[in-house]
Amino acid sequence: MPKFDDFNVGDAIPETTKGPITRTQLALFAGASGDHNPIHLDDEEARKGGLPGVIAHGMLNMAYLGQLLSDFVPQSNIRSFSARFVAMTVPGDTITCRGEVAEKREENGEKRLDLKIVAVNQKDETVLDGAASIALD
Amino acid sequence: MSYEDFIGKEYPSFTAEIEKGRIRQFANAIGETNPVYNDEKAASDAGYKSLPAPPTFSFAIAMDAGQSFNILEDMEIPVTRAVHGAQGFTYKQAICAGDEITGIQKITNVFEKKGGALLFIEAEIGMVNQNGDSVCDLQTTVIVRNG
Repeated sequence: MPKFDDFNVGDAIPETTKGPITRTQLALFAGASGDHNPIHLDDEEARKGGLPGVIAHGMLNMAYLGQLLSDFVPQSNIRSFSARFVAMTVPGDTITCRGEVAEKREENGEKRLDLKIVAVNQKDETVLDGAASIALD
Repeated sequence: MSYEDFIGKEYPSFTAEIEKGRIRQFANAIGETNPVYNDEKAASDAGYKSLPAPPTFSFAIAMDAGQSFNILEDMEIPVTRAVHGAQGFTYKQAICAGDEITGIQKITNVFEKKGGALLFIEAEIGMVNQNGDSVCDLQTTVIVRNG
């Protein structure tokens, strides 16, 4: 279990890499997430929407970013987690999630690490850009 | 109706039972291999009463309830012009298998940017469990391209 005092502003947390994203996984995620939008499942439907083909669910990438956090600390230590969807991802993409300490502070008598977090594709292009607050002893 | 009229709109509450199988299915779909999301004993050893829902699972609860992007229909905006711009979660307590979760969606802000070229819609869903404890708040931003 990581300790509050072991981290300084600017320190990185262990990164995690997921993928490559497959069409099968998009089908599984559609079922599991309740997001059945055909742009994630059917190339023809995706093209009607002006896309080159199916794209991954943004929330799948956010779930990867969530695993960066839940791999770092037990989930019950995560106080908040947010992200902006910056770019689309497609089957074949590999997603790497990284985080670093942006601030150390106390809130409600609790020690907090505020993290700046990011998900990038295999070309190191940002797909998600976010923040999280973690409680640590 | 002008778009500002939707600010403050509150939808009727929705309720969902959290199923163990769905949590396992979700964990599998996101490539999550931590046993707390799959194995009762691992979950119990980690202090959870049953399998905990992964951090973004509550968005699936809202999706199932048709409470994610339903404002678009009310505003008569084609879903093809909208994108999910941002998502946030504030966690108060774990959501676990067996919980009955009640949520209420409220439209918190609607505003234009870039001289009206983009419309931003912000919504918040507060979720409580069967004991009335607040478990999670979700903040969703939808961005609509105008014209």
